[in-house]
Amino acid sequence: MSLLSVENLRVTFPTDHGPADVVRGLSFTLGRERLGIVGESGSGKSMTGRAIMGLVPAPGKVTADQLMFNGKDLRGLSEDERRDLRGTAMSMVLQDPKFSLNPVIRIGEQIEEAMAVHGTLGRRERRERALEALTAVRIKDPERVARLFPHEVSGGMGQRVMIAMMVVLEPALMIADEPTSALDVSVRGQVLDILADLVSRRGMGLILISHDLNMVARWCDRILVMYRGEIVEEIASGALMDAQHPYTRGLVASLPTIDETRDRLPVLDRGKL
Amino acid sequence: MIHVKDLSVSFSDVRVLHDVSFDVATGESFALVGESGSGKSTILKALAGQLPAFTGTLRIGEDNDTDRPFSARDRARQVQMVFQDPYGSLHPRRTIDDTLNEPLLIHGLPDRDSKVIAMLDAVGLPRRFRFRLPHQLSGGQRQRVAIARALMLNPPVLLLDEPTSALDVSVQAEILNLLKSLREEKNLTFLLVTHDLPVVSFLCDRLAILHAGRIVETANTEALRSGQLSSSYGQELFQRSVYG
Repeated sequence: MSLLSVENLRVTFPTDHGPADVVRGLSFTLGRERLGIVGESGSGKSMTGRAIMGLVPAPGKVTADQLMFNGKDLRGLSEDERRDLRGTAMSMVLQDPKFSLNPVIRIGEQIEEAMAVHGTLGRRERRERALEALTAVRIKDPERVARLFPHEVSGGMGQRVMIAMMVVLEPALMIADEPTSALDVSVRGQVLDILADLVSRRGMGLILISHDLNMVARWCDRILVMYRGEIVEEIASGALMDAQHPYTRGLVASLPTIDETRDRLPVLDRGKL
Repeated sequence: MIHVKDLSVSFSDVRVLHDVSFDVATGESFALVGESGSGKSTILKALAGQLPAFTGTLRIGEDNDTDRPFSARDRARQVQMVFQDPYGSLHPRRTIDDTLNEPLLIHGLPDRDSKVIAMLDAVGLPRRFRFRLPHQLSGGQRQRVAIARALMLNPPVLLLDEPTSALDVSVQAEILNLLKSLREEKNLTFLLVTHDLPVVSFLCDRLAILHAGRIVETANTEALRSGQLSSSYGQELFQRSVYG
Protein backbone atom coordinates (compact mmCIF):
# COMPACT_ATOMS: atom_id res chain seq x y z
CA MET A 1 0.00 0.00 0.00
CA SER A 2 1.29 3.42 -0.80
CA LEU A 3 1.95 5.91 1.92
CA LEU A 4 0.24 8.77 0.20
CA SER A 5 -2.17 8.70 -2.68
CA VAL A 6 -3.40 11.87 -4.30
CA GLU A 7 -5.98 12.09 -7.03
CA ASN A 8 -7.17 15.19 -8.83
CA LEU A 9 -5.81 17.61 -6.23
CA ARG A 10 -6.84 21.20 -6.79
CA VAL A 11 -5.90 24.35 -4.93
CA THR A 12 -7.97 27.40 -5.79
CA PHE A 13 -7.67 31.03 -4.76
CA PRO A 14 -10.36 33.62 -5.38
CA THR A 15 -9.23 36.64 -7.41
CA ASP A 16 -10.85 39.75 -8.85
CA HIS A 17 -11.33 37.84 -12.09
CA GLY A 18 -12.93 34.77 -10.54
CA PRO A 19 -11.30 31.69 -8.97
CA ALA A 20 -7.74 30.88 -10.05
CA ASP A 21 -6.46 27.30 -9.93
CA VAL A 22 -2.92 27.20 -8.59
CA VAL A 23 -2.78 23.41 -8.59
CA ARG A 24 -4.87 21.86 -11.34
CA GLY A 25 -5.83 18.23 -10.97
CA LEU A 26 -2.65 16.64 -9.64
CA SER A 27 -2.50 12.86 -9.21
CA PHE A 28 0.36 10.80 -7.84
CA THR A 29 1.20 8.17 -5.26
CA LEU A 30 4.14 8.03 -2.90
CA GLY A 31 5.69 4.98 -1.30
CA ARG A 32 8.64 4.86 1.06
CA GLU A 33 10.84 6.60 -1.44
CA ARG A 34 12.29 9.93 -2.46
CA LEU A 35 10.01 11.81 -4.80
CA GLY A 36 11.13 15.09 -6.34
CA ILE A 37 8.77 17.82 -7.47
CA VAL A 38 10.46 20.39 -9.71
CA GLY A 39 9.11 23.48 -11.35
CA GLU A 40 9.70 27.21 -11.62
CA SER A 41 8.16 29.93 -9.47
CA GLY A 42 4.40 29.85 -9.75
CA SER A 43 4.25 26.26 -10.96
CA GLY A 44 2.28 25.23 -7.86
CA LYS A 45 4.95 22.96 -6.40
CA SER A 46 5.01 24.58 -2.96
CA MET A 47 1.22 24.79 -2.83
CA THR A 48 1.08 21.04 -3.50
CA GLY A 49 3.24 20.42 -0.43
CA ARG A 50 1.16 22.77 1.65
CA ALA A 51 -2.09 21.16 0.50
CA ILE A 52 -0.85 17.75 1.66
CA MET A 53 0.19 19.25 5.01
CA GLY A 54 -3.14 21.06 5.37
CA LEU A 55 -1.35 24.41 5.42
CA VAL A 56 -2.88 26.24 2.47
CA PRO A 57 -3.56 29.75 3.77
CA ALA A 58 -7.09 31.19 3.61
CA PRO A 59 -8.84 32.05 1.35
CA GLY A 60 -7.29 29.19 -0.63
CA LYS A 61 -9.43 26.10 -1.08
CA VAL A 62 -8.19 22.50 -1.43
CA THR A 63 -10.27 19.83 -3.14
CA ALA A 64 -9.37 16.30 -4.28
CA ASP A 65 -11.07 13.12 -5.42
CA GLN A 66 -8.72 11.26 -3.16
CA LEU A 67 -6.21 12.32 -0.51
CA MET A 68 -5.25 9.22 1.45
CA PHE A 69 -2.36 9.16 3.87
CA ASN A 70 -1.45 5.87 5.60
CA GLY A 71 -4.96 4.53 5.04
CA LYS A 72 -6.56 7.68 6.41
CA ASP A 73 -8.71 10.06 4.39
CA LEU A 74 -7.29 13.55 4.89
CA ARG A 75 -10.30 15.24 3.36
CA GLY A 76 -12.85 16.31 5.89
CA LEU A 77 -10.52 16.07 8.89
CA SER A 78 -11.04 18.87 11.36
CA GLU A 79 -8.32 21.43 11.94
CA ASP A 80 -7.50 19.76 15.29
CA GLU A 81 -7.16 16.34 13.68
CA ARG A 82 -4.87 17.74 10.99
CA ARG A 83 -2.80 19.41 13.66
CA ASP A 84 -2.37 16.11 15.47
CA LEU A 85 -1.07 14.54 12.28
CA ARG A 86 1.43 17.29 11.63
CA GLY A 87 4.62 16.68 13.47
CA THR A 88 3.78 13.13 14.51
CA ALA A 89 2.92 11.60 11.13
CA MET A 90 3.93 14.19 8.55
CA SER A 91 6.21 17.17 8.76
CA MET A 92 7.68 19.87 6.60
CA VAL A 93 11.18 21.31 6.35
CA LEU A 94 11.18 24.87 5.10
CA GLN A 95 13.66 26.78 3.01
CA ASP A 96 15.41 29.18 5.29
CA PRO A 97 16.45 28.36 8.87
CA LYS A 98 16.92 32.08 9.51
CA PHE A 99 13.20 32.68 9.21
CA SER A 100 11.77 29.37 10.34
CA LEU A 101 13.38 28.99 13.75
CA ASN A 102 12.24 31.05 16.70
CA PRO A 103 15.10 33.51 17.30
CA VAL A 104 14.57 33.86 21.06
CA ILE A 105 14.29 30.20 22.08
CA ARG A 106 17.29 27.92 22.55
CA ILE A 107 17.65 25.19 19.94
CA GLY A 108 17.20 22.31 22.38
CA GLU A 109 13.98 23.76 23.75
CA GLN A 110 12.59 24.29 20.25
CA ILE A 111 13.13 20.64 19.41
CA GLU A 112 11.53 19.56 22.69
CA GLU A 113 8.53 21.76 22.06
CA ALA A 114 7.12 19.49 19.36
CA MET A 115 7.29 16.53 21.74
CA ALA A 116 5.70 18.53 24.54
CA VAL A 117 2.80 19.44 22.29
CA HIS A 118 2.22 15.98 20.80
CA GLY A 119 3.78 13.45 23.10
CA THR A 120 3.35 12.08 26.53
CA LEU A 121 7.08 11.95 27.26
CA GLY A 122 8.50 13.33 30.47
CA ARG A 123 10.90 16.22 30.50
CA ARG A 124 14.04 14.13 30.82
CA GLU A 125 13.04 11.80 27.97
CA ARG A 126 12.22 14.77 25.80
CA ARG A 127 15.66 16.16 26.42
CA GLU A 128 17.31 12.85 25.58
CA ARG A 129 15.30 12.48 22.40
CA ALA A 130 16.22 16.03 21.34
CA LEU A 131 19.91 15.27 21.81
CA GLU A 132 19.50 12.02 19.87
CA ALA A 133 17.82 13.89 17.03
CA LEU A 134 20.70 16.37 16.90
CA THR A 135 23.15 13.48 16.79
CA ALA A 136 21.11 11.87 14.00
CA VAL A 137 21.66 14.96 11.83
CA ARG A 138 25.40 14.66 12.48
CA ILE A 139 25.86 17.47 14.95
CA LYS A 140 28.98 16.48 16.83
CA ASP A 141 28.43 18.14 20.20
CA PRO A 142 24.63 18.11 20.62
CA GLU A 143 24.80 19.23 24.27
CA ARG A 144 26.49 22.47 23.33
CA VAL A 145 24.36 23.14 20.25
CA ALA A 146 21.13 22.53 22.20
CA ARG A 147 22.03 25.49 24.43
CA LEU A 148 22.64 27.88 21.51
CA PHE A 149 20.23 30.37 19.99
CA PRO A 150 19.51 30.13 16.25
CA HIS A 151 21.65 33.18 15.39
CA GLU A 152 24.67 31.48 16.92
CA VAL A 153 24.77 28.67 14.36
CA SER A 154 25.61 28.70 10.64
CA GLY A 155 23.02 28.27 7.89
CA GLY A 156 23.95 24.65 7.31
CA MET A 157 23.73 23.83 10.99
CA GLY A 158 20.45 25.76 11.27
CA GLN A 159 19.00 23.62 8.50
CA ARG A 160 20.17 20.46 10.25
CA VAL A 161 18.46 21.69 13.42
CA MET A 162 15.26 22.15 11.42
CA ILE A 163 15.54 18.60 10.14
CA ALA A 164 16.20 17.30 13.65
CA MET A 165 13.06 19.07 14.79
CA MET A 166 11.06 17.45 12.03
CA VAL A 167 12.30 13.90 12.54
CA VAL A 168 12.22 13.84 16.32
CA LEU A 169 8.69 12.46 16.31
CA GLU A 170 9.57 10.02 13.51
CA PRO A 171 6.95 11.03 10.96
CA ALA A 172 6.12 8.67 8.12
CA LEU A 173 6.12 11.46 5.56
CA MET A 174 8.48 14.38 5.29
CA ILE A 175 8.03 17.23 2.83
CA ALA A 176 11.13 19.32 2.24
CA ASP A 177 10.45 22.59 0.42
CA GLU A 178 13.71 23.91 -1.02
CA PRO A 179 15.67 22.58 1.98
CA THR A 180 19.05 23.50 0.52
CA SER A 181 18.57 26.62 -1.55
CA ALA A 182 19.60 28.95 1.29
CA LEU A 183 22.77 26.93 1.80
CA ASP A 184 26.25 26.96 0.32
CA VAL A 185 27.05 24.34 -2.28
CA SER A 186 29.48 22.66 0.10
CA VAL A 187 26.85 21.96 2.79
CA ARG A 188 24.03 21.11 0.37
CA GLY A 189 25.40 17.63 -0.17
CA GLN A 190 25.64 17.07 3.58
CA VAL A 191 22.04 18.08 4.23
CA LEU A 192 20.80 15.86 1.38
CA ASP A 193 22.89 12.96 2.70
CA ILE A 194 21.31 13.32 6.11
CA LEU A 195 17.83 13.32 4.60
CA ALA A 196 18.64 10.28 2.45
CA ASP A 197 19.98 8.46 5.45
CA LEU A 198 16.84 9.18 7.49
CA VAL A 199 14.60 8.06 4.65
CA SER A 200 16.32 4.70 4.29
CA ARG A 201 16.91 4.06 7.99
CA ARG A 202 13.48 5.00 9.26
CA GLY A 203 11.56 3.99 6.15
CA MET A 204 10.05 7.41 5.59
CA GLY A 205 8.52 8.77 2.44
CA LEU A 206 10.07 12.04 1.32
CA ILE A 207 8.88 14.69 -1.09
CA LEU A 208 11.63 17.08 -2.13
CA ILE A 209 10.32 20.28 -3.67
CA SER A 210 12.88 22.31 -5.58
CA HIS A 211 13.58 24.46 -8.58
CA ASP A 212 17.00 22.86 -8.99
CA LEU A 213 16.55 20.32 -11.78
CA ASN A 214 20.00 18.84 -11.60
CA MET A 215 20.00 18.34 -7.87
CA VAL A 216 16.59 16.68 -7.86
CA ALA A 217 17.51 14.50 -10.83
CA ARG A 218 20.64 13.27 -9.09
CA TRP A 219 19.08 12.67 -5.76
CA CYS A 220 15.47 11.47 -6.07
CA ASP A 221 14.08 8.09 -7.08
CA ARG A 222 11.42 9.72 -9.22
CA ILE A 223 10.71 13.26 -10.41
CA LEU A 224 7.47 15.04 -11.20
CA VAL A 225 7.89 18.11 -13.38
CA MET A 226 5.25 20.76 -12.74
CA TYR A 227 4.26 23.61 -15.00
CA ARG A 228 1.31 25.94 -14.43
CA GLY A 229 -0.23 23.76 -11.74
CA GLU A 230 -0.04 20.48 -13.63
CA ILE A 231 2.34 17.56 -13.82
CA VAL A 232 3.70 17.68 -17.35
CA GLU A 233 6.02 14.73 -17.01
CA GLU A 234 7.26 12.03 -14.69
CA ILE A 235 10.93 11.10 -15.01
CA ALA A 236 12.88 8.24 -13.50
CA SER A 237 16.01 9.05 -11.53
CA GLY A 238 18.97 9.97 -13.70
CA ALA A 239 16.92 10.08 -16.89
CA LEU A 240 16.64 13.86 -17.04
CA MET A 241 18.44 13.96 -20.37
CA ASP A 242 15.78 11.66 -21.87
CA ALA A 243 12.90 13.93 -20.90
CA GLN A 244 10.17 14.09 -23.53
CA HIS A 245 7.98 17.05 -22.72
CA PRO A 246 8.97 20.31 -24.48
CA TYR A 247 8.85 22.23 -21.18
CA THR A 248 11.26 19.87 -19.43
CA ARG A 249 13.52 19.74 -22.47
CA GLY A 250 13.43 23.54 -22.67
CA LEU A 251 14.45 23.85 -19.03
CA VAL A 252 17.30 21.38 -19.39
CA ALA A 253 18.56 23.11 -22.53
CA SER A 254 18.46 26.57 -20.93
CA LEU A 255 20.82 25.56 -18.12
CA PRO A 256 24.44 26.41 -18.78
CA THR A 257 26.82 23.48 -18.32
CA ILE A 258 30.28 23.46 -16.83
CA ASP A 259 31.81 22.84 -20.28
CA GLU A 260 29.58 25.45 -21.89
CA THR A 261 30.58 26.50 -25.42
CA ARG A 262 27.22 27.68 -26.79
CA ASP A 263 27.29 31.33 -27.79
CA ARG A 264 23.69 31.89 -26.65
CA LEU A 265 21.49 29.80 -24.35
CA PRO A 266 18.17 28.65 -25.80
CA VAL A 267 15.24 30.45 -24.19
CA LEU A 268 11.97 28.78 -23.33
CA ASP A 269 9.25 29.74 -25.82
CA ARG A 270 6.22 29.80 -23.54
CA GLY A 271 3.88 30.53 -26.43
CA LYS A 272 4.54 27.07 -27.84
CA LEU A 273 3.85 25.14 -24.64
CA MET B 1 40.49 48.29 -16.73
CA ILE B 2 40.48 46.84 -13.22
CA HIS B 3 43.69 46.65 -11.24
CA VAL B 4 43.70 45.17 -7.74
CA LYS B 5 47.01 44.88 -5.92
CA ASP B 6 47.56 43.53 -2.40
CA LEU B 7 44.02 44.30 -1.28
CA SER B 8 43.52 43.50 2.40
CA VAL B 9 40.40 44.18 4.43
CA SER B 10 39.71 43.68 8.13
CA PHE B 11 36.46 44.03 10.02
CA SER B 12 37.35 44.92 13.62
CA ASP B 13 40.13 42.39 14.27
CA VAL B 14 39.04 39.74 11.74
CA ARG B 15 40.95 39.81 8.48
CA VAL B 16 38.59 38.87 5.64
CA LEU B 17 40.86 39.52 2.64
CA HIS B 18 44.56 38.69 2.48
CA ASP B 19 46.67 40.44 -0.19
CA VAL B 20 44.31 39.85 -3.10
CA SER B 21 45.73 40.83 -6.50
CA PHE B 22 44.33 40.49 -10.01
CA ASP B 23 43.94 42.47 -13.23
CA VAL B 24 41.08 42.56 -15.69
CA ALA B 25 41.71 43.87 -19.22
CA THR B 26 39.32 46.11 -21.15
CA GLY B 27 36.44 44.14 -22.58
CA GLU B 28 37.31 41.08 -20.53
CA SER B 29 34.84 39.17 -18.37
CA PHE B 30 36.36 37.97 -15.10
CA ALA B 31 34.71 35.85 -12.39
CA LEU B 32 35.34 35.68 -8.65
CA VAL B 33 34.24 32.28 -7.43
CA GLY B 34 33.95 31.01 -3.87
CA GLU B 35 31.63 30.05 -1.06
CA SER B 36 29.87 32.39 1.36
CA GLY B 37 32.41 34.07 3.57
CA SER B 38 35.24 33.66 1.06
CA GLY B 39 35.40 37.44 0.59
CA LYS B 40 34.22 37.68 -3.00
CA SER B 41 31.49 40.22 -2.33
CA THR B 42 33.88 42.27 -0.17
CA ILE B 43 36.13 42.71 -3.20
CA LEU B 44 33.18 44.06 -5.19
CA LYS B 45 32.28 46.42 -2.39
CA ALA B 46 35.82 47.77 -2.26
CA LEU B 47 35.80 48.37 -6.02
CA ALA B 48 32.40 50.07 -5.81
CA GLY B 49 33.72 52.44 -3.15
CA GLN B 50 31.50 51.08 -0.43
CA LEU B 51 34.26 50.08 1.98
CA PRO B 52 35.59 52.84 4.19
CA ALA B 53 38.85 51.10 5.08
CA PHE B 54 41.19 48.80 3.19
CA THR B 55 44.86 48.60 2.30
CA GLY B 56 46.32 48.01 -1.13
CA THR B 57 45.89 49.59 -4.55
CA LEU B 58 42.65 49.67 -6.52
CA ARG B 59 42.26 51.16 -9.95
CA ILE B 60 39.15 50.94 -12.01
CA GLY B 61 37.84 52.43 -15.24
CA GLU B 62 39.49 54.70 -17.79
CA ASP B 63 42.07 57.43 -17.24
CA ASN B 64 43.28 55.92 -14.02
CA ASP B 65 46.96 56.68 -14.49
CA THR B 66 47.01 58.97 -11.52
CA ASP B 67 46.84 57.72 -7.97
CA ARG B 68 44.23 60.28 -7.13
CA PRO B 69 41.09 58.34 -6.25
CA PHE B 70 37.87 59.05 -8.10
CA SER B 71 35.25 61.22 -6.47
CA ALA B 72 31.98 59.35 -5.87
CA ARG B 73 30.48 61.21 -8.82
CA ASP B 74 33.26 60.34 -11.24
CA ARG B 75 33.33 56.78 -10.04
CA ALA B 76 29.64 56.38 -10.86
CA ARG B 77 30.49 57.02 -14.52
CA GLN B 78 33.23 54.42 -14.47
CA VAL B 79 31.63 51.55 -12.63
CA GLN B 80 28.14 50.38 -11.73
CA MET B 81 26.80 47.35 -9.93
CA VAL B 82 23.98 44.87 -10.57
CA PHE B 83 22.76 43.13 -7.43
CA GLN B 84 21.49 39.65 -6.75
CA ASP B 85 17.95 40.33 -5.69
CA PRO B 86 15.85 42.29 -8.17
CA TYR B 87 13.10 42.45 -5.55
CA GLY B 88 15.31 44.35 -3.11
CA SER B 89 17.39 46.54 -5.39
CA LEU B 90 14.72 48.75 -6.99
CA HIS B 91 12.86 51.49 -5.19
CA PRO B 92 9.35 50.05 -4.73
CA ARG B 93 7.55 53.36 -5.13
CA ARG B 94 9.41 54.80 -8.07
CA THR B 95 8.43 54.02 -11.64
CA ILE B 96 10.92 52.44 -14.01
CA ASP B 97 11.15 55.85 -15.67
CA ASP B 98 12.14 57.53 -12.37
CA THR B 99 14.75 54.86 -11.67
CA LEU B 100 16.36 55.20 -15.09
CA ASN B 101 16.19 59.00 -15.08
CA GLU B 102 17.82 59.52 -11.71
CA PRO B 103 21.46 58.98 -12.72
CA LEU B 104 20.98 61.31 -15.71
CA LEU B 105 19.48 64.00 -13.48
CA ILE B 106 22.27 63.76 -10.92
CA HIS B 107 24.91 64.06 -13.62
CA GLY B 108 23.00 66.77 -15.47
CA LEU B 109 22.92 64.92 -18.77
CA PRO B 110 20.69 66.04 -21.66
CA ASP B 111 18.20 64.05 -23.80
CA ARG B 112 16.88 62.05 -20.89
CA ASP B 113 13.71 61.00 -22.65
CA SER B 114 15.38 59.45 -25.65
CA LYS B 115 18.10 57.87 -23.52
CA VAL B 116 15.55 56.11 -21.32
CA ILE B 117 13.65 54.78 -24.34
CA ALA B 118 16.86 53.63 -26.02
CA MET B 119 17.91 51.82 -22.87
CA LEU B 120 14.55 50.05 -22.51
CA ASP B 121 15.02 48.80 -26.08
CA ALA B 122 18.60 47.77 -25.39
CA VAL B 123 17.67 45.54 -22.44
CA GLY B 124 14.63 44.10 -24.20
CA LEU B 125 11.90 45.70 -22.09
CA PRO B 126 8.73 46.79 -23.92
CA ARG B 127 8.36 50.59 -23.89
CA ARG B 128 4.94 50.32 -22.27
CA PHE B 129 6.68 49.22 -19.04
CA ARG B 130 8.26 52.65 -18.70
CA PHE B 131 5.77 54.08 -16.25
CA ARG B 132 5.14 50.93 -14.25
CA LEU B 133 6.24 50.21 -10.70
CA PRO B 134 8.61 47.35 -9.80
CA HIS B 135 5.87 45.22 -8.22
CA GLN B 136 4.10 45.10 -11.58
CA LEU B 137 7.09 43.34 -13.16
CA SER B 138 8.36 39.76 -12.93
CA GLY B 139 11.76 38.93 -11.43
CA GLY B 140 13.40 38.71 -14.84
CA GLN B 141 11.92 42.01 -15.98
CA ARG B 142 13.11 43.68 -12.78
CA GLN B 143 16.61 42.37 -13.33
CA ARG B 144 16.48 43.92 -16.82
CA VAL B 145 15.56 47.23 -15.19
CA ALA B 146 18.47 46.87 -12.76
CA ILE B 147 20.85 46.26 -15.67
CA ALA B 148 19.37 49.22 -17.56
CA ARG B 149 19.86 51.46 -14.53
CA ALA B 150 23.47 50.37 -14.20
CA LEU B 151 24.13 51.23 -17.86
CA MET B 152 22.46 54.67 -17.93
CA LEU B 153 25.76 56.53 -17.43
CA ASN B 154 27.57 54.34 -19.95
CA PRO B 155 30.18 53.03 -17.51
CA PRO B 156 32.88 50.86 -19.05
CA VAL B 157 32.82 48.46 -16.07
CA LEU B 158 29.92 46.45 -14.59
CA LEU B 159 30.20 44.67 -11.25
CA LEU B 160 27.74 41.75 -11.20
CA ASP B 161 26.94 40.26 -7.80
CA GLU B 162 25.20 36.90 -8.40
CA PRO B 163 22.98 38.56 -11.03
CA THR B 164 20.95 35.44 -11.86
CA SER B 165 20.92 33.30 -8.74
CA ALA B 166 17.53 34.61 -7.56
CA LEU B 167 15.94 33.84 -10.95
CA ASP B 168 14.24 30.79 -12.44
CA VAL B 169 16.45 28.80 -14.81
CA SER B 170 14.57 29.78 -17.97
CA VAL B 171 14.77 33.44 -16.94
CA GLN B 172 18.42 33.03 -15.98
CA ALA B 173 19.14 32.02 -19.58
CA GLU B 174 17.49 35.21 -20.87
CA ILE B 175 19.46 37.46 -18.52
CA LEU B 176 22.76 35.68 -19.23
CA ASN B 177 22.15 36.09 -22.97
CA LEU B 178 21.34 39.75 -22.44
CA LEU B 179 24.53 40.37 -20.44
CA LYS B 180 26.59 38.63 -23.10
CA SER B 181 25.04 40.69 -25.91
CA LEU B 182 25.46 43.97 -24.05
CA ARG B 183 29.10 43.20 -23.38
CA GLU B 184 29.73 42.55 -27.06
CA GLU B 185 27.84 45.64 -28.21
CA LYS B 186 29.31 48.10 -25.72
CA ASN B 187 32.68 46.44 -25.14
CA LEU B 188 31.95 46.30 -21.41
CA THR B 189 34.29 44.87 -18.80
CA PHE B 190 32.56 42.46 -16.39
CA LEU B 191 33.57 41.46 -12.90
CA LEU B 192 31.15 38.69 -11.90
CA VAL B 193 30.78 37.26 -8.41
CA THR B 194 29.13 33.85 -8.30
CA HIS B 195 29.19 30.38 -6.79
CA ASP B 196 27.75 28.87 -9.97
CA LEU B 197 30.56 27.46 -12.14
CA PRO B 198 28.42 26.79 -15.25
CA VAL B 199 27.50 30.49 -15.33
CA VAL B 200 31.23 31.33 -15.33
CA SER B 201 31.75 28.88 -18.16
CA PHE B 202 29.10 30.64 -20.23
CA LEU B 203 29.84 34.29 -19.47
CA CYS B 204 33.50 34.66 -18.50
CA ASP B 205 36.99 34.50 -20.01
CA ARG B 206 38.94 34.00 -16.79
CA LEU B 207 38.22 33.28 -13.14
CA ALA B 208 39.81 33.59 -9.73
CA ILE B 209 38.96 31.08 -7.01
CA LEU B 210 38.73 32.50 -3.52
CA HIS B 211 39.00 30.55 -0.33
CA ALA B 212 39.01 32.10 3.15
CA GLY B 213 39.97 35.53 1.83
CA ARG B 214 42.80 34.43 -0.44
CA ILE B 215 42.95 33.79 -4.17
CA VAL B 216 44.02 30.16 -4.43
CA GLU B 217 44.00 30.04 -8.21
CA THR B 218 43.53 32.18 -11.30
CA ALA B 219 42.66 30.27 -14.45
CA ASN B 220 41.26 30.57 -17.96
CA THR B 221 37.68 29.43 -18.41
CA GLU B 222 39.06 26.77 -20.75
CA ALA B 223 40.72 25.11 -17.75
CA LEU B 224 37.37 25.14 -15.95
CA ARG B 225 35.51 23.63 -18.92
CA SER B 226 37.95 20.77 -19.22
CA GLY B 227 38.24 20.22 -15.47
CA GLN B 228 41.92 21.21 -15.44
CA LEU B 229 41.90 23.53 -12.44
CA SER B 230 45.27 23.20 -10.73
CA SER B 231 44.47 23.93 -7.05
CA SER B 232 42.98 21.22 -4.91
CA TYR B 233 40.24 23.57 -3.72
CA GLY B 234 39.41 24.43 -7.34
CA GLN B 235 39.15 20.74 -8.11
CA GLU B 236 36.89 20.28 -5.09
CA LEU B 237 34.52 23.01 -6.32
CA PHE B 238 34.56 21.48 -9.79
CA GLN B 239 33.73 18.01 -8.47
CA ARG B 240 30.88 19.36 -6.38
CA SER B 241 29.46 21.29 -9.26
CA VAL B 242 29.54 18.27 -11.58
CA TYR B 243 28.61 15.48 -9.19
CA GLY B 244 26.61 17.35 -6.53
